[in-house]
Amino acid sequence: MTLTLTVPAVRSNRIRRRTAFAVGIALMLFFIVLAIVPGWFAPYDPIAMNVSAIMQAPSWAHPFGTDNLGRDILSRTIWGAQVDMQIAIFSTIFPLIFGTFVGAIVGHYGGWLDAIFGRLVDLLIAFPFLVIVIALIAMLGPVIGLGLKCMYIAVSIVGWVFYAQLMRADVQVQRQSDYAAAARVLGYGEWRIIFRHLLPNAITPIIVYWMTDMALDILLGSSLGYLGLGAQPPTAEWGVIIHDGVNFMSTGWWMSTFPGIAIVLAGLGFSLVSDGLADIFRRRA
Amino acid sequence: MNAETGALIAVSDLAMQFARKRSAADRLAGRPQQIVHALNGVSFAVKRGETLGIVGESGCGKSTLARCLVRLHRPQTGRIDYAGKDVLALEGAARRAYHRRVQMVFQDPYSSLNPRMTVGQALAEAIRFHRLREGAGVAARIAELLDLVRLPSDTAERYPHEFSGGQRQRIGIARALAVEPECLIADELVSALDVSVQAQVINLLLELQERLHLTVLFIAHDLRLVRHISHRVAVMYLGAIVELAETERLFSAPAHPYTAALLKAAPELDPTRRSTVDAVRGELPSPIDIPSGCPFHPRCPRAVERCRIEPPELRELEPGRHAACHLPLIAAAS
Amino acid sequence: MNLMPASVTGTETLTEPLLSVRGLRIAFGSARGALTAVDGVDLDVAPGEVLGIAGESGSGKSVTLRAILGLIRPPGQVAGRVLWRGRDLMTLPERELRRVRGGEIGIIFQEPMTALNPVLTVGTQIRENLKEHTTLDAAARQARAIELMDHVGIPAAKARLDDYPHQFSGGMRQRAMIAIALASNPKLLLADEPTTALDVTIQDQILKLILRLRSEMNMSVVLVTHDLGVIAQTCDRLAVMYAGRVVETGPVATLFKAPRHAYTLGLLNSVPRADLVRQPLNSISGQPPLLFQLPHGCAFAPRCRFATDSCNATKPPLIALDAEHRTACIHHGEVAKAT
Repeated sequence: MTLTLTVPAVRSNRIRRRTAFAVGIALMLFFIVLAIVPGWFAPYDPIAMNVSAIMQAPSWAHPFGTDNLGRDILSRTIWGAQVDMQIAIFSTIFPLIFGTFVGAIVGHYGGWLDAIFGRLVDLLIAFPFLVIVIALIAMLGPVIGLGLKCMYIAVSIVGWVFYAQLMRADVQVQRQSDYAAAARVLGYGEWRIIFRHLLPNAITPIIVYWMTDMALDILLGSSLGYLGLGAQPPTAEWGVIIHDGVNFMSTGWWMSTFPGIAIVLAGLGFSLVSDGLADIFRRRA
Repeated sequence: MNAETGALIAVSDLAMQFARKRSAADRLAGRPQQIVHALNGVSFAVKRGETLGIVGESGCGKSTLARCLVRLHRPQTGRIDYAGKDVLALEGAARRAYHRRVQMVFQDPYSSLNPRMTVGQALAEAIRFHRLREGAGVAARIAELLDLVRLPSDTAERYPHEFSGGQRQRIGIARALAVEPECLIADELVSALDVSVQAQVINLLLELQERLHLTVLFIAHDLRLVRHISHRVAVMYLGAIVELAETERLFSAPAHPYTAALLKAAPELDPTRRSTVDAVRGELPSPIDIPSGCPFHPRCPRAVERCRIEPPELRELEPGRHAACHLPLIAAAS
Repeated sequence: MNLMPASVTGTETLTEPLLSVRGLRIAFGSARGALTAVDGVDLDVAPGEVLGIAGESGSGKSVTLRAILGLIRPPGQVAGRVLWRGRDLMTLPERELRRVRGGEIGIIFQEPMTALNPVLTVGTQIRENLKEHTTLDAAARQARAIELMDHVGIPAAKARLDDYPHQFSGGMRQRAMIAIALASNPKLLLADEPTTALDVTIQDQILKLILRLRSEMNMSVVLVTHDLGVIAQTCDRLAVMYAGRVVETGPVATLFKAPRHAYTLGLLNSVPRADLVRQPLNSISGQPPLLFQLPHGCAFAPRCRFATDSCNATKPPLIALDAEHRTACIHHGEVAKAT
């Protein structure tokens, strides 16, 4: 009595996940390339005004149309990629490094360090993230001037806590494992155990979160840009471009729509990569 | 008990408690903090080159004892002497030197190896940290170690998840041997492995012990394995040693009623010899709530009033035979 | 080619087997390909007997047990026949199967903490079984529940009925699980490693309890375990499984004294014996095969010291050595000489 086994159920799932990951990587790479060499792709200068080409609908000459100052939306969107990718990196790099470091220490030593850290976390999560960031920008703005730098600082002051929380939790779990005990029995010092043994095993959720965080920070940057608290005009940043087009929604829908799509695609790309990495790390464990 | 000449390890009166975490609800209800009495005055000695088996059921404290010996736990009272030096007082370089001499292999093959390091990296780290070799000598030593535990030479480049449970235990042994220890503590070394794989690892341990003149503390709950591998056996119950004797003496004529019960309970491989009577009645008490007097008295068929009140000392009944019982099954030599 | 076992053809025993498994095949789809967990298993359980199924991890013993009660869900696929009192459980509609499960066939597992529902009291779980499978009214169910708890040796039965599983110790939880499984007087008890997670003295108590209940309730037991000692002390007959197939089956005393399959011999030699202290054990070299890469011939051949080329040609069928003893080894004569 032979048994014919149908395996498609499992395989199609796997293919679907791999496709999603591939799409995510493709999107990410696409925007990264645009960010590195926008000049190669953008047909026009993003801040060059052209009075004779005001408010033109999408056409062959201007595939994304032009805005109320005659600027080419396509070029602005492409140059915007550079700004937004920068936002993704600079908003997250300090939180990633500092948060990981603090989280590892707190997770390993526990005790009163952990108690203080816990209270700090409680304090921060009581407020919506956007509200705190806006409040910080409002405080820092007069001192260092509004703009991207101000935004990076504000986000970093708060953002590291989430990385630290993740790291702390995972380090605590890893501490219980036998290989950590073995490291102690081999006589290794605390710092070696934390950074050579525990951290590499606890880092995978951090990497996954980092990808998601970049997507979220692009959205955040664009929101702040829209509110005038992030990138300042005439900088081509997606949120700023959208802000510029809001008043022309009925007459020039293309002004806000295309940068909006860019935000969605960039965010999607990072999210899919984050999911894919989570999958890979989970399977390898 | 503690000043035996020639003893490599001398443990005296080791006691260790853990406080169980109380929830806020417990605190509000005024419930007292629960204390786990893991070790309650353990004393014994291990001679250089011998294999001491430590056997017992859940809550007996054998794993806690093992961890105290390698300084993973800090006992509240008591003393551990290694080659005459007080282990618990060691710090810094002296402590690192101690870790070189006493090593441990863990029970769970799936969590005792760092998943992010190749086997070679893990071994190299141990070798370099203790400055046992340098440069090209490290790779040579790694090859030696892998050969010692009968693993192929390409093992060094691979990650732990590529290996089976039995192979991982061998890697764990190789890691412990990398620092050239004198004493190896095997905490349930083969309990998580299949029977046929257990035999392979046990054979390896026997061979290594011969070749490297290791002193071994073999902690297990499987009596047959302990009997097979040990020179002497210590039986633990609820944080205390209840009997300590040479293997064959203990197995053929146990002195403590708990040892006798344990031997009766362990399923024999002979299908023609069966019994319908329970080896011992009652449940295993929890180490949070250790019975008064002799901890075994609620389940002991021989218990008398004295057993309920007075905890028995671990006394020498005959040379080399100790039992903690007021009414041992073997009468004390006069 | 399936040889009918002696008990079914009626040449030796006079009673029909209670349970007959024929040609059981279980496969799972996995990311790495089709995984054959069970590859053609035949089993018989006579009324009142304790059948042991011994094997290591990957042998398919636990999965076999679950398949008997139809507990294998997709992506697992099951083929074969499971004849229970003349009916094929594999073709039974779910409603009928549910009546058999828990009512006529009980099952207990290795980890009572995960097998028992942690949010229901033990009493509720027993009464639930009674409600589902008997026609007793509420008062009778309560009385029966107390009787069962007493029967399995739980002191202060009435009070303990209102306790939750986490309030019992390991051994008591196992007893509670037995009480639930036996609530409706099943004729067959399936036990999947019931004592593996228990301490030795508690294991002893539970095994003796199961044997007592077997006699009192005239019940059959199928006991799956990897512990040869447990088999020796509790089972009447034994089926040894390796890589999804039964490789040897027969009375326990016969198999332990005179095994006729290299794997059985190897298993028995791997366990330390009192007379050969501190000598190397006769271990079996190598590892069990990966279940999606089973060899073509005998799955044990790569590790077998009696193996020849003919072992790799086809999977050896079970050969009857006498009325009770069957082995799937073409070199059983060599094995006999090595014993």
